[in-house]
Amino acid sequence: MVLEEPMTQRPDADPIDADPTPDLADLESAALAAVNAAADLAALDDVRVRYLGKSGVLTAQLKSLGALPKAERPAAGQRINDAKRVVQDALEARRAVLEEQQLAVQLRDERIDVTLPGRGQTPGALHPVTRAMARIERLFANAGFSIAEGPEVEDDYHNFEALNIPAHHPARAMHDTFYFPDGRLLRTHTSPVQIRVMETQPPPLRIIAPGRVYRCDSDLTHTPMFHQVEGFLVDREATFADLKGVLYDFLRNFFEQDDLKLRFRPSYFPFTEPSAEVDVQCVKCGGRGCRVCKQSGWLEVLGCGMIHPEVFRQVGIDSEQWLGYAFGMGVERLAMLRYGVDDLRLYFENDLRFLSQFA
Amino acid sequence: MRFSESWLREWVNPPLAAQALCDQLSMAGLEVDALEPVAPVFSGVAVGAVMAVEPHPDATKLRVCRVDVGEEEPLQIVCGAANVAAGQRVPVARIGAVLPGDFKIKKAKLRGVASQGMICSASELGLAERSEGIMTLPGDAPVGEDLRAWLALDDQAIELDLTPDRSDCLSVAGVAREVGVLNRLSVTEPAATPVAPAHDDRYSVQLAAPAACPRYLCRIIRELDPSAETPLWMTERLRRSGLRPISPMVDVTNYVLLELGQPLHAFDLEKLEGPIQVRLSQSGERLALLNDEAVELDDDTLVIADSNGPVAMAGVMGGAASAVSETTRDILLESAFFAPEAIAGRARRYGLHTDSSHRFERGVDPMLQQRAIERATALLLSIAGGRPGPVVEACSEGDLPQPASLLLRRTRIRQVLGIAPDDAQVVDILSRLGMALEPSLERGRDDDAGEHSAGAKGTNENRARDDVGAEGWQVTAPSQRFDIQREVDLIAEIGRIYGYNAIPVTHARSAAFTRAPQEMAFDLQLARRTLVARGYFEAITYSFVSPEQNGSFDPRPSSAPLSLANPLSAELSVMRSSLWPGLIQVMRQNLARQQPRVRLFETGLRFLDGAENLRQSPSLAGAVVGPVLAEQWGAARRLVDFFDLKADLEAVLTQTGRLDALRLGPPATESDAHPALHPGQSAELWLGEQSIGWIGTLHPLLARRLELPNEVQLFEIDLAALGVGERPAFEPLSRFPSIRRDLAIVVPATLPFERVRQTVMASAGDLLKQLILFDQYQGDKIEADHKSLAFGLILQASSQTLIDAEVDAVVQAVVERLEQELGAKRRT
Repeated sequence: MVLEEPMTQRPDADPIDADPTPDLADLESAALAAVNAAADLAALDDVRVRYLGKSGVLTAQLKSLGALPKAERPAAGQRINDAKRVVQDALEARRAVLEEQQLAVQLRDERIDVTLPGRGQTPGALHPVTRAMARIERLFANAGFSIAEGPEVEDDYHNFEALNIPAHHPARAMHDTFYFPDGRLLRTHTSPVQIRVMETQPPPLRIIAPGRVYRCDSDLTHTPMFHQVEGFLVDREATFADLKGVLYDFLRNFFEQDDLKLRFRPSYFPFTEPSAEVDVQCVKCGGRGCRVCKQSGWLEVLGCGMIHPEVFRQVGIDSEQWLGYAFGMGVERLAMLRYGVDDLRLYFENDLRFLSQFA
Repeated sequence: MRFSESWLREWVNPPLAAQALCDQLSMAGLEVDALEPVAPVFSGVAVGAVMAVEPHPDATKLRVCRVDVGEEEPLQIVCGAANVAAGQRVPVARIGAVLPGDFKIKKAKLRGVASQGMICSASELGLAERSEGIMTLPGDAPVGEDLRAWLALDDQAIELDLTPDRSDCLSVAGVAREVGVLNRLSVTEPAATPVAPAHDDRYSVQLAAPAACPRYLCRIIRELDPSAETPLWMTERLRRSGLRPISPMVDVTNYVLLELGQPLHAFDLEKLEGPIQVRLSQSGERLALLNDEAVELDDDTLVIADSNGPVAMAGVMGGAASAVSETTRDILLESAFFAPEAIAGRARRYGLHTDSSHRFERGVDPMLQQRAIERATALLLSIAGGRPGPVVEACSEGDLPQPASLLLRRTRIRQVLGIAPDDAQVVDILSRLGMALEPSLERGRDDDAGEHSAGAKGTNENRARDDVGAEGWQVTAPSQRFDIQREVDLIAEIGRIYGYNAIPVTHARSAAFTRAPQEMAFDLQLARRTLVARGYFEAITYSFVSPEQNGSFDPRPSSAPLSLANPLSAELSVMRSSLWPGLIQVMRQNLARQQPRVRLFETGLRFLDGAENLRQSPSLAGAVVGPVLAEQWGAARRLVDFFDLKADLEAVLTQTGRLDALRLGPPATESDAHPALHPGQSAELWLGEQSIGWIGTLHPLLARRLELPNEVQLFEIDLAALGVGERPAFEPLSRFPSIRRDLAIVVPATLPFERVRQTVMASAGDLLKQLILFDQYQGDKIEADHKSLAFGLILQASSQTLIDAEVDAVVQAVVERLEQELGAKRRT
């Protein structure tokens, strides 16, 4: 360690013993005593200056060599330098001790209570629906799906007609639709994005479409707005067995259960044929039956199927050349199952006590 | 569709317990919604015969009955029902019986008279919601028999939630057919032999809208006994299907509807005049319906009319005037096929939904009418006597739906399902479903479109097989399966019966064709994370708000917001043109829940510029109130202000790489100001030449109105307007030291710092690397209405170490420009 030499002598330094002819041995022992007596680094430095500084006592001895006969000078010089080295070594040893002591004091004095809370901004949280949706998007991105979005104020054609749901089709009754006076509507599902993408992009396609959807319904288990993720693939080859493969992968990853059981039940959607509803083994009770799965051991989580040839016809894709599958899921439902939320309405109350649980 | 298990088992009886049967139905696509007992648990109830009824000595409303329950001695039972009478067969709860609700029957004394049991009402047994008086049983009910056993009440009701394509299963017959297919069992149908006419009266029928009604059958039945009662076995089946018994005529039509799926209607013959016409309504015609509602018809509703006008809304509901009543003796029984397109949507249009419309709009078997009218006639005659006439049939053959003949290609099964069942399996499945199959060697459709097959050739081996010839079958579906319209519908049926869960799980190879988002496209997820890291919580609020809320926050309140035609409520009736109303609402609710500090953001669409020029604008908005930091030690409490929010916004916009192009334009005039924001603490946000949104403090008036604190800060940006950001471009790092000079100037208080900054930047030249504002001061030490700005200039050259003279020259130039252009004075 190198300490800087102070430019000036400390004003509070003790007066130097100015005996003009001191014995070298006395000087040396006095210096050593002073070194050992120095209580801190500043005092030690005073000692250094007093004895070894430019006008220090030992330094002055060298200057007095000129008064000696020439022959004695080397020996006397040697003795003085020896004494200086002894004092120098003692100074350094003392300095090391004092520095160590000083560090110990510093460390002791600077001790803090590390259990005090951290300071500064505290993070917020993503909404659980966004959180689940981001996870869904990421999982499908891994499988090569790109994200597409579409308008929420939709026309009848994209929401219904093009999806093989003509006017008066009984399937429309399953969609309690919000309408605008001009006949437009709030999309009842994210499936119209399927149409909008196929209208503008040539196959092959691998798309997921997350977003808000609306149904004119509000009670314990329905909110007039909720979120869906639609996904679809169009390629030269695509089978129902492949669709099962994608959904097995997705659901097992989503719930992080490699042995999660799925079952596919035949169902009906006008825009897919064959169509299926997919149940997962209840993630709460493991299939034994509980309140969440209404004792059935199964939870319905999504709908899917092979894209209907009529849908392909509407968008000008040759269904003999291209096959496709599509699936759609409710994000709130998946988030409820994933995070154990038991009341759908909590999602849209945005109570900070609720939101902060998803940080 | 609801029916009892025992009814179904009469048709087909698979060796499966009820739950297993229901699981089988669900897994075949007929989802079972409920399986529940047809009667609650009770015990100790027997059939009794009331032998005598005498008045109670001490109570006018009570009667003392002697009831034979098959024991040695008749029981003495005190009964309060007004309808109890000697000679009745009644349900008797004996001592020790337990009725629904764990109600135990004990020996009792009622006003001093001992009662050895209770005569029960239907509701006391859980067999009806409500009932008046005791339940009476048919005269042939076996005295002493356990009521539960005799009524076969250990039965369950099965409720199916059928998808719209499976209307063929909206009957016991249809479900039985399906169960037969699934279990390889034959189905026993009730006899449907034609009933021979007893007279020759025919009612004339004209099909004036043959496309809408291509088949109409009717039959006159005379001299029915109006006092006849529906037998218990039928009322019980109706009850177990959720229907209330009314009268034999109505009950029989309902019964056949449930049994076969054919809706029927009975008119009171006396109330009809002139020939029946099945036609479209004329606009303005009125019809009083059975449910006591009168409707005014449009010109697009199929009606049954007589010479006086409409008597029924076809396939939906009969008219009140021609309805059968307690005195009806002669009826006209209708059994018709109405095309789904003619019925769909009509009931809904008039606010109606009936069992009949539910079936017709989904589709009824067009071959079923004859069988149904014969079945109904036979049942009615067995209950209420009567003399049937011949069945009159009006039919427009050409308008009847024709069963489609479909080519089913073997290869296509594999292409769609990913399985290759062998031929025998395919034939077996489809035959069981009642389909007729003919082997077909027809060339595939690919060959019709030569260019396609050429293009596809060699892409995979499936195609190659196609080209050889799409061998397969020509398939005709049975008349009740009119949902089978295409080859893929046949394939779906094969998959369904084969079992979706037996289909393997595969992972197809797919070419990599993912289109990654542009690097500098705005990453909303990153923006969300940025805000979360800065203490924000994400809210999701409804996209519709009240017109008042929307009006308060609309930057262009003059443009009419987009309003829903059928909102849930006025509170949720217009599409938001700002995300602020939703966030403010959430903020208020959280403040009310004692949260002192609320920091929120939301992303979603805003609906701008009214219906005509609607723009659905993806947006991001934030709203904050309360202390900057959560309460903590070692940091003084300070409320958020404009500049905290500005920093948050800048953090979000950093990812665009264009933060240097962000400008805040304070409103120059009152009309430029945002109506929801404090005019002196707000600005329109500009990124280059593009307006991207607003930032500011909530207007104090609005804060007062909404009972919010004054410091609420808001921002909202239009994400589409951000465009694609600027990619980072590397600049070489200077190897030479930088030099800092500090400068303080005094300028008029109203002069924006931005002007100073621009002037400095413009005058300092390339050497100026950074300008740091480190102080702003207003007060006694300087001129009134002036402020002092102190800033540091960091100067650096890329090719040399700057010398003082160069630096002094730059500072001099800056000072001169500030003095000349802004009237600034240097503070020394």
